[in-house]
Amino acid sequence: MAYKNYIMVCTGTGCESSKAGQLYENLNAELQAAGVEAEAQLVKTGCFGFCEQGPIVKILPDETFYVKVTPEDAKEIVAEHIVKGRPVERLIYKEPNADKTPVNTDDIGFYRKQFRIVLRNCAVINPEVIDEYIARDGYGALEKALFEMTPDSVLEEIKASGLRGRGGAGFPTGTKWGFTKGVEADQKYIVCNADEGDPGAYMDRSVLEGDPHSVLEAMAIAGYTVGASKGFIYIRAEYPLAIDRLNLAIKQAKEYGLLGDNILGTDFSFDIELRLGAGAFVCGEETALLASIEGKRGMPIPRPPFPAVKGLWGKPTVINNVETWANIPVILLKGSKWFSSIGTGTSKGTKVFALTGKINNSGLIEVPMGTTLREIIFDIGGGIAGGKPFKAAQTGGPSGGCITPDFLDTPIDYESLQAIGSMMGSGGMIVMDEDDCMIDVTKFYLEFTVDESCGKCAPCRIGGRTCYNILDRISKGKGEADDLQKLKDIGHSMRKASLCGLGQTAPNPVMSTMKYFEEEYRAHIEDSKCPAGKCKDMLSYTINDKCVGCTACARVCPVNCISGEVKQKHVIDQDKCIKCGQCFAKCKFEAIDRA
Amino acid sequence: MSMIELEINGIPVSVEAGTTILAAAEQVGVKIPKLCYHSDLEAWAACGICVVKSEGSPKMLRACATAVAPGMKVITHDPEIVKVRRTVLELILSTHPNDCLQCGRNGNCELQTLAEEFGIREVPYEKRVAEIPVDNSTGSIVLNPEKCVKCGRCVKVCQDMQDVWALEFIGRGEDTRIAPAADVSLNESPCIKCGQCSAHCPVGAIYENDQTRPVWNAIEDETKHSVVQIAPAVRVAIGEAFGMEPGTLSTGKLYAALRRLGFDAVFDTNFTADLTILEEGSEFVKRVTEGGVLPQITSCCPAWTDYMEKYANDFIDNFSSAKSPQQMLGAMAKSYYAEKAGVEAKDMYVVSIMPCTAKKFEVGRDDNMSSTGFQDVDVALTTRELARMIKQAGIDFNALPDEEADSLLGEYTGAGTIFGVTGGVMEAALRSAYYLITKEDLEDVNFQACRGLEGVKEAEIDIKGTKVRIAIAHQMGNVEQVLDKVREAKEKGEELPWHFIEVMACRGGCIGGGGQPHGATDEVRLKRTAGIYSDDEKSVKRCSHHNPMITKIYEDYLGEPLGHKAHELLHTTYQERAVYKK
Repeated sequence: MAYKNYIMVCTGTGCESSKAGQLYENLNAELQAAGVEAEAQLVKTGCFGFCEQGPIVKILPDETFYVKVTPEDAKEIVAEHIVKGRPVERLIYKEPNADKTPVNTDDIGFYRKQFRIVLRNCAVINPEVIDEYIARDGYGALEKALFEMTPDSVLEEIKASGLRGRGGAGFPTGTKWGFTKGVEADQKYIVCNADEGDPGAYMDRSVLEGDPHSVLEAMAIAGYTVGASKGFIYIRAEYPLAIDRLNLAIKQAKEYGLLGDNILGTDFSFDIELRLGAGAFVCGEETALLASIEGKRGMPIPRPPFPAVKGLWGKPTVINNVETWANIPVILLKGSKWFSSIGTGTSKGTKVFALTGKINNSGLIEVPMGTTLREIIFDIGGGIAGGKPFKAAQTGGPSGGCITPDFLDTPIDYESLQAIGSMMGSGGMIVMDEDDCMIDVTKFYLEFTVDESCGKCAPCRIGGRTCYNILDRISKGKGEADDLQKLKDIGHSMRKASLCGLGQTAPNPVMSTMKYFEEEYRAHIEDSKCPAGKCKDMLSYTINDKCVGCTACARVCPVNCISGEVKQKHVIDQDKCIKCGQCFAKCKFEAIDRA
Repeated sequence: MSMIELEINGIPVSVEAGTTILAAAEQVGVKIPKLCYHSDLEAWAACGICVVKSEGSPKMLRACATAVAPGMKVITHDPEIVKVRRTVLELILSTHPNDCLQCGRNGNCELQTLAEEFGIREVPYEKRVAEIPVDNSTGSIVLNPEKCVKCGRCVKVCQDMQDVWALEFIGRGEDTRIAPAADVSLNESPCIKCGQCSAHCPVGAIYENDQTRPVWNAIEDETKHSVVQIAPAVRVAIGEAFGMEPGTLSTGKLYAALRRLGFDAVFDTNFTADLTILEEGSEFVKRVTEGGVLPQITSCCPAWTDYMEKYANDFIDNFSSAKSPQQMLGAMAKSYYAEKAGVEAKDMYVVSIMPCTAKKFEVGRDDNMSSTGFQDVDVALTTRELARMIKQAGIDFNALPDEEADSLLGEYTGAGTIFGVTGGVMEAALRSAYYLITKEDLEDVNFQACRGLEGVKEAEIDIKGTKVRIAIAHQMGNVEQVLDKVREAKEKGEELPWHFIEVMACRGGCIGGGGQPHGATDEVRLKRTAGIYSDDEKSVKRCSHHNPMITKIYEDYLGEPLGHKAHELLHTTYQERAVYKK
C-alpha cells in the first residue's frame, strides 16, 4: 500500500505554540471527512528550522512548502491539494527578491547553503515512530559497532573524525571517550547533557523533539566503546515535549531490543534513564550537572579530576551534549574520512546555530564549519530585517562576544571565533543592526549570568553583579570616568579566578563590546548619549512647534503625561514620562523630538 | 608512594603524588594566600584567592584544589596574579560590612588579615551588604549572614565532617547565602549546636552566643553565690588566646583568673568527670553483669546526645543515663555544696567554662537539668568568652600565679582530665571498670588503643577473663558507620560488635570543641591532646575511684553509685526528637 501524498506537519515547540497541534488535528479530521485518509499519510515531524515561517506543512512527493499555516487552512489544503491535486498558492513560501518559487525545498535560500548531519532526520521522520528512524539507517551504526567493530576501532573512528564537543568548549570527543575507556572501574556512566540554557538557543531541544533515537543510539555506542552499561540524559524540565518523546523513544528501543539487556542478542547491555533539571543554567556545567544527578545542589567543583576519569558517583563518566551525540551514528555509518572532509582544519563537521535578532529568516540552521558569517546572515538569513546596516552578531550566548562587520568574512570555527573574542558556545547567534545599543545588549547577557551564577565563587558571584551595576549606571547616563577600567579589572579577574566556565566566560560580552564599541561606551559615559537611542533613561521627548494639536500622542500615551487643548500645542510632563516612545512613533507631523 | 618532581617559583620540589600546589609550596616556604581553604576539609575552591599560574596552562589554577603534576612549573606570585587576587579580595570586601571594631573576630579574622597583607585602603567598587536578619534561635550559635563570605567551610563541616546537614547554600547568584535548608531557623533545623561551623568560619559570620554579660551581673550581684567550673579541654587551649602555644597546660592560672574575676568558688569539671565514671562505670558493670541493654553508649557530649535523639533514637536505651560532668557539677553545687556552704539553692549561680557551644544548649535541655528545682548550671561560657572576660578585667593571664581549685568539688584524677580528648571517657571508664569488676587495680592504666585522631578506634580489653569490646568515634560524621554495625548485628541476631561505645561530636574530642579558640587544625589538636595526657601523667592519682573527694561525697551525701540520691541528681532520660521542628 502506498500513499499518494505525505503531509509533513512540523510539531516542534515553535510551531506547536503557533497552533500546529490543532492544525494537525484539523488535517486529520479533514482527510477523514473527505474520505482520503488512505491516500495521504499525515506525519508529525520535528523542527524544519525555518521557524520564522512556522507553522510549516510540507507535502511530498511534490515538495510543496506551505508556511504560516493556520488550523483553518486545513480544509483548503485537503480539499484542493490532496483531493484535487491543486497546491494552495497563497500558502506556498515565496522567496523574497526571487523571480520564481523554488521547486525543491533545498533550493530555498534559507536551506541552500545548509548541510544537515545533526538535523538529518528533523522534519523528515515522525520522531514518535522508531521504524521511521530505522528506515533512515537508524540503529545501523550501533549494529555496525556491535557486530563489525571492536570498542577500540569505534574509538579510533571517533578520534579520526575530529569531532569536537558542541556544548561550547570544543574538547575532542574521541579523546574524552579515550580517557574514560582507559580507566579501570567496576562501573562507568554515559551522560547526555540536555540542559540547554543559553537564551535563544534551542538546537538540542529540536534534536530531541525531532530525532530522539539518534541520541539514544549514540549513547549506546559510547557505552559499548568505553565499557559503560548505564546512561543518563539530564534534561531541563522546561522541555516537556522533548521529555515525552525521549521517554517514548526509550520505551520503543527497549521493546526492539536496542536498549536494555543483551542488545541485539549480544553480551552488551545498556540502559538509559532521564533526570530532569529544575532550570538552573549552571547545571549545564558538567560537574554541576553530575552533582545535580546525584541529588545535590548543582554547584561546580574543581577539575581535574575530570568527569571522564572521576565523574558520576566518583565513576568514570563520558558526558557530551545533545548535538555532539547526534553526530556519532552518522560518523560510524559514513566513516570518519567522510566526516572529516567537512569543515575546516581544526573544526570538522557542521554546527547548528539558532539564528535570531534583526534578520529576515530567523530559525535553526546547520552549516559546515568554515561557513562565513556573511553567508549565514545574508544568504541563509536573508539579510537584515528592515534593510538597516548590520552592526554586529552576538555568538556564544552569555559566554560569547560580538562579531563586527569587519569579520563578516571570517570562516567560522572554534579557533577563529575565539580569536576575535567570541566563542562557538552552544550556537546562539543574534544579529543586530544600528538600532541596537551594545551596552543594552551586554546588560541583557550579563543580567542572565548574574542571575544564574551558582553563587559559589567570589569572582563570579560578586564580580558579575558589580559589572552589571556599572553597566546599568552607564546605560542611565551616570557612568563615571574610571568605569571602563573597573570593568576591565573585574572582567580580567573573573576570567582568571572564577571556578567554572560560567564565571570564566561571563565577562566575555562586556570585554568584547568594550573592545569593538568603545566609542559607544564613551558616548554613554562622557556625553550621556545613547547613539542607538535605546537607553531610555538618556532620552527625552519634547513637542516642538510643528504640533497641530491633533491629540494623537496624548491618546496613545500609556501614562497620560501629555496634555494640551485640541488644536493647541501639546506638552509632555517630563517627570511622568516613561520614555516608551509611543508618542514619537504615533506623531505624523514630526512634532516630537527625541534627544 | 611515588614522588613528583616540580618547580615552584623556580625552586625544585619533590612531593608525594596527590599533594596540592598549596601544600607543595608550603614545603619550600612559599605562602600562597587563601581564604576558603581549611586543612580539615576537601578543597571547595570557592574564593579564588589562591590562584597560581602553571607554565603551559592558559588558565590560573586554584592551588588548594590542584594536585601537582610531574614537571609542573608553578608561579605563585607575579604582578598579574597579585592583581587578580587583589581584585577578588576587593570584591569580597565590597559585600562585607567591614565593621571590624564591633566584630568578635577583630584581630583574629582571616579576611582582615588578607586585607592587611594586601594593603587594602579603599575598595573601588560599590558597597552592597545584604540585609539579612541574625539567627540566634538556638541560644548557642549565632548566624550573622551579613558578615558571611560564602566560603562554604561551615556547610562542608556540617555536611561532610559532621553529617548533620543543618546548613546549606540557599538562593542563587549574589543572593546566595548560607542557612538551614528550606530556610527554617537554626533551632528548627537539624543543628546539634556542636559549633564546628563557628570554629571553622574564617570571619565573624558564625559565633558563640555571647553570655558574658549575665555572668558579669551575677558576679556583681551580692545576693548571688557565684561559682564556676572549668571543663578538661579548656585548660590546654585558653593559653592560645594569650599567645601561648596550643596544648600549654594552664590549670593553675585559670583558677587564679576565675578567682580574680570575682567568683565565690572555683571548681573543676574534672571532679565530676571522676564522678561520672563512678556512675557510668557502675551502670556499665551492671548492664554487663545483670544483662542490661548493650552496647552502652556514652552521653556526656550534648551535641552527640542531640544528634542521637534526632537521627539515631533507636539507641535511646543504649545511652548511659549518667548526666554529663557539667550537669553533675551544677547539681552537686546547688545541693551538696550549697548545704555545706550554708547557701540556699536559689541563691547559687553556677557558671561553667566549656570548650563547647552545645553546652549552652545542654543547660536548659529539659527538666532533668534542673534537679534541685533550679537549673543545675545557669550559664555555660565557651573558652573564647572566658578569654574575653579575662581581657576585659585587665588580668595579665601569662603573669598569673598557679592557684588551686576550691575544695569539695575541685579535686581530680588523671582519669577526669582525659575526658577532654577522644577516647578519654572510655579510657577513664576502663580504668575504673577493671576495679569495679575485679576489685583490683590495673598495673598499667594507659590504654593506647583509645588514643589518637583516627575516626573510629576499636579494641578488646581482657578484664580477667571478661572480654570487653569497645569502640570510640569522634567527629559526628564517623558515628553512623559504628551504629550501622550494631544495627546490622542486632538485625541478624549476631553477637554485638562492641559492649561499650564512646562518641564525641567534635574531631579530637572536646579539645577540638566548637567553643575553643579559633585556628584548630590536626596539628593544633594533637598539641592540645598532648597537653591533656601530660596532665594525666603528672597526676598522682589516675583512676576516678581513687579520688578521695569522690569517696567522701558518696560517704557524706550520695550513698552509693546508682543509688537513690545519685539517681535524682546525676541521671537523666532521653526522648525522640524531630529532625526538623517545623
